[in-house]
Amino acid sequence: MLSIPIEYYLILSAFMFIVGVTGVLIRRNAIVVFMCIELMLNAANLSLVAFSSYHGNPVGQIFVFFVMTVAAAEATVGLAIIIAIFRNKLTVNVDEINIFKW
Amino acid sequence: MINYIYLTVLLPLIGFLINGLFGPKIKNEKVIGIIGSSTIGLAFLVTVFALFETINLPVESRSNTVELFTWLSVAGLNIKFAYLVDQLSLTMSLIVTGVGFLIHVYAIGYMHGDKGFWRFFAYLNLFIFAMMNLVLGDNFLVLFLGWEGVGLCSYLLIGFWYDRKFEKGTTSEAAKKAFVVNRIGDFGFLLGMFLIYLTFDSLNFHEVFTKAVSFPVSESTFGLIAIFLFIGATGKSAQIPLFVWLPDAMAGPTPVSALIHAATMVTAGVYMVSRAAIIFTSAPTVMMIVAVIGLLTALVAATIGLVQNDIKKVLAYSTVSQLGYMFLAAGVGAFGASIFHVMTHAFFKALLFLGAGSVIHGMHEEQNIQNYGGLKKYMPKTYITFVIAAFAIAGFPGLSGFFSKDEILWFSYANGGIIFWIIGVLTAMLTAFYMFRLVSLTFFGKERFDHHHVHPHESPLVMTIPLMILAGLSLIGGYIGIPEIFSGSHGNVFHNWLEPIYAPALAKLKIYGSHTHFEEILLMVISVALALSAIYFAYKIYTSKPHIAENISKRFKGSYNILFNKYFIDEVYEAAVVQPIQKGSEKLLWKFADTTIIDGAVNGIAKLVDRSSNIIKKLQTGVVQFYAIIMMIGIAITLLWIILSL
Repeated sequence: MLSIPIEYYLILSAFMFIVGVTGVLIRRNAIVVFMCIELMLNAANLSLVAFSSYHGNPVGQIFVFFVMTVAAAEATVGLAIIIAIFRNKLTVNVDEINIFKW
Repeated sequence: MINYIYLTVLLPLIGFLINGLFGPKIKNEKVIGIIGSSTIGLAFLVTVFALFETINLPVESRSNTVELFTWLSVAGLNIKFAYLVDQLSLTMSLIVTGVGFLIHVYAIGYMHGDKGFWRFFAYLNLFIFAMMNLVLGDNFLVLFLGWEGVGLCSYLLIGFWYDRKFEKGTTSEAAKKAFVVNRIGDFGFLLGMFLIYLTFDSLNFHEVFTKAVSFPVSESTFGLIAIFLFIGATGKSAQIPLFVWLPDAMAGPTPVSALIHAATMVTAGVYMVSRAAIIFTSAPTVMMIVAVIGLLTALVAATIGLVQNDIKKVLAYSTVSQLGYMFLAAGVGAFGASIFHVMTHAFFKALLFLGAGSVIHGMHEEQNIQNYGGLKKYMPKTYITFVIAAFAIAGFPGLSGFFSKDEILWFSYANGGIIFWIIGVLTAMLTAFYMFRLVSLTFFGKERFDHHHVHPHESPLVMTIPLMILAGLSLIGGYIGIPEIFSGSHGNVFHNWLEPIYAPALAKLKIYGSHTHFEEILLMVISVALALSAIYFAYKIYTSKPHIAENISKRFKGSYNILFNKYFIDEVYEAAVVQPIQKGSEKLLWKFADTTIIDGAVNGIAKLVDRSSNIIKKLQTGVVQFYAIIMMIGIAITLLWIILSL
């Protein structure tokens, strides 16, 4: 079986992570920001799984399960918050959600 | 009993606690008075037993230390709370507890009916407690504890009648004055103590004085220590320039004047100087200063005493003057003579004050001697005892004051010089004069009081019996110190008793000039003759020819005014010290330093924080993504740094 070198996984993971970070920083729609966070998490997951396979160590894969669990819980709470905010302010634009300001 | 000497300190403390805590509940004056007096009486008995035990010991083991506990143990400083029982401290303890006991008993009568009766006895007992610590302490720190304690009690008791008027102000002002002036002296004493510790690495009397003999310490160091200690002594013992508080201390009840401001506390300075004799004799210049200050104080106070009209004021200046004598004696190296004078003075001056108290008591609180006259027949017991005391202080041959004063005069001649002697004799003459002016104006002559309102009466026995005992002591107290020329081979008993204490100090002193017995007797006869003539003139003038005194005071109006106003010393101090301090405090310390600098700094810091935070808070936009960018930049920089440093 042709094995794909580890660098490929890592480059893809880094690319996904950068896309995520950029999205979090520049997008104003809260849902998109949220999706970008998921993207960052999955980028991390990808590198974890890649290293796990590369070293033949299952710990990385187990850890990924935990991350996915937490990500699912986070998605639930996060989306609930976004809906609650939307009901209040009729917008999900993060620039307009600045009530903690001085 | 030597080992139980702490009882003499503990008993007054117990008395103070009982009267101080439960006094308002006890209410019964007899109970309070008996508690207050009996604790002192018991302390006196303990002292007497300790004295007899000490006398029975061989001379070289008469100095005993009673250690109670370790007071301080910090780094190299190790201070034991210990009492030193030796010839000097026993002598002082006897005076303090003995005279103190009599005055306590007297006060039961004198303070009868006062609303602060319990408070008075509590304070008196506290005073004896502090004073016993002062005289018994075995190191400078315990002495200082007592030193401050008696100052506090003095303050409390001068201001005892805090709601009464006194001269231009209130008694509390007089109390404050005493406290503040004392504090100036105490500061000097503290500095002296620090220097002693720096130089000798100890505060224990025995160690310090032993090292003072053998250590190679320069004379200037000794001089500095001695001058600081002496400043302390001038404060406590009312010497020039710090004597101004003592006359004002007469605002207190008369037993207080007798006990604290005549017999005991004011002699603390004399005690301290003679305790540290070795330090003083190691600094001849300071010895000279001590002698001169003592002499000047004696003279100045005596001249002021000539013209005062308040019976207690006259006695107060007389006390200052006699204290001057004691320092004169110490200054010429006659430490034994100065302690001897402390003792005899305690007898007759306590008696004079108590007698004066009895007169004031019988005259309905009148203190002006111009409003007395002819009291002899109304208060015979007071009259007789008062006259005995007056003769004693005037140096009438055979009475206690004669022996001690004459000894001081002799030493001032032998060791100081003829000028010391002349001024000393002049002062003695003035003393005799003003005392008999007082006696004549009070007990002889025309009755100048208002017969309708004032009915002079003799005081109760509880007051007159202490007077009689003190009169007895004034009569015979001098016989333990008969000079060598009269007692022959026995020598001077009192001096032999104290001699071991001063032996190392006197060894450093220059040898007495050799003088013949003829000289001594000649000088004695001259001084006695002068004193007797002063007594005679004072009696004549003020009993039968008061117009002579008036004429003289009119003729020399200028000098009379100066004396009457006490050389304007209070006014000078007011202008030179009090006012500048007050003005300076107000203008500089309050208006400038406090308001401008301190308040300004505090408010300025608050303003600075307020303004800068107003600027910085703009960074908190509330836009989460902005925070996230900052975070990312931070993380990026950190990562970069880690990578570069690999």
